[in-house]
Amino acid sequence: MALISCEKATFGYDGEIVLSDIDFSLYGGEYMCILGENGAGKSTLVKGLLKLINPISGTVNIGEGLKAHEMGYMPQQTAIQKNFPASVFEVVLSGRINSMGLRPFYSQKDKDEAHEKIKLMGMKEYEKKSYQELSGGQKQRVLLARALCAAGKLMLLDEPTAGLDPVATGDLYELIKNINSNMNMTVIMVSHDVHAALKYASHILHLSHRQLFFGTAEDYIKSGIGKEFMEGGTGYDY
Amino acid sequence: MIIDTVNAIFSYPFLIRAFIVGILVSLCSSLLGVSLVMKRYSMIGDGLSHVGFGALAVAAALNAAPLSVAVPVCIVCAVFLLRLKDGSIVAGDAAIAIVSNSSLALGIMIISMSSGMNTDVYNYMFGSILALNSADTVICIAVSIIIIAVYILFYNRIFSFTFDEVFARATGTNTGVYSIVLAVLTAVTIVIGMRMMGALLISSLIIFPALTAIRIRKTYKKVIVISALVSIICFVAGMFISFNAEAPVGASIVIVNLAVFIIASFADAIRKFIGQRRA
Repeated sequence: MALISCEKATFGYDGEIVLSDIDFSLYGGEYMCILGENGAGKSTLVKGLLKLINPISGTVNIGEGLKAHEMGYMPQQTAIQKNFPASVFEVVLSGRINSMGLRPFYSQKDKDEAHEKIKLMGMKEYEKKSYQELSGGQKQRVLLARALCAAGKLMLLDEPTAGLDPVATGDLYELIKNINSNMNMTVIMVSHDVHAALKYASHILHLSHRQLFFGTAEDYIKSGIGKEFMEGGTGYDY
Repeated sequence: MIIDTVNAIFSYPFLIRAFIVGILVSLCSSLLGVSLVMKRYSMIGDGLSHVGFGALAVAAALNAAPLSVAVPVCIVCAVFLLRLKDGSIVAGDAAIAIVSNSSLALGIMIISMSSGMNTDVYNYMFGSILALNSADTVICIAVSIIIIAVYILFYNRIFSFTFDEVFARATGTNTGVYSIVLAVLTAVTIVIGMRMMGALLISSLIIFPALTAIRIRKTYKKVIVISALVSIICFVAGMFISFNAEAPVGASIVIVNLAVFIIASFADAIRKFIGQRRA
């Protein structure tokens, strides 16, 4: 059984359909990029996969013992966070909130886990620093560490490289690839960057209010829609 | 001179009561303030204090116990205001203004039709350290301790909810519950604090210490601790000034808070400037 799959799923808000005919399955260890123009429904699909919204029709299934709250989610940064007083450790530790159960405080295991993920992201020396004083790339590493703390087998990343310079973007892609291959973590990433998607991902899901393509990255390059999108040069449109 | 003042203050039982309740209310409001300020809910305190005023006017007209009317009414309004989402018919800040102004108008209307403007009403608006009898004091102490205990138990979840609501929801936290927890704690704090501080000034106890602390420290736990310390110190300083200068107590505390906030803002600006020069 697939780790996560959609069957003829339709998503929307207040009864208005934003995204239809979503049909894919992803297995453990795979790396899927969700491509599409602005407003194509990429973030809506992520919310659907996280069960923050329910499909209007069709189903979202999770399998292989994955629980809904065990997905490591990395949302786009919000305005509140830019000036939020919190240390790197406090932010990463909050990723363990789903393993607290009814306990009011974090255990030593939670704290060890947070330390370990911070180290893994190369942020050890910044652990006690304030989140708001970090650079854009460092902030994203912290949010990635937090997502790792929450993740059992699956991570959902919503445009993790938005607003980063090319060097930081490249570093972050490498980190995500390492997480995917070394930790056997399944990755679903929303992206604008078709070239990076084809370089790193095993699968591509292309959306434009409906599913235009789902398959392996190799097949995507050969497909008509893939060729068209790559020639469109929509590598960076911000 | 300070020792004389301290001796003088502690020779009056009502002043001792005022100190105990004031310190506890300052502590509660400063803890909640950090979350409310960071979530851009600063004006909710202001709105709720006006709701509290309206509710107290109703209680006075009905000869009911003030807290038994004001607490439930404020809780309902707080939950309503904190749970308003973007895209509601009326935007959050406008909704606060509507609720706040209508409660104030309603309160004034009821007062003018029943007893007329008297010292009680004046005290609700501007606060009075004479307002607390010993039964009130016991209730205030008990409620404050409950608020502090609930806050500590939910500390980590309130942090997660404040820092990133979407992430918290995605990882299985029922964020609706925490916005209600925050709303209820805020409402109760305001009701127990407003009789001493006054409806017009109680919200500053929520906003000022948090804003000051955010300028002094940049990690969450330290901000919370600083906020609590600033709040208590400003309260005590305000009480001394009020006692010595025979000034209204609520206004004295707010002015001390304002002064500390301005000093902290300058210090923060200077530190940032030096940091940039170095970098």
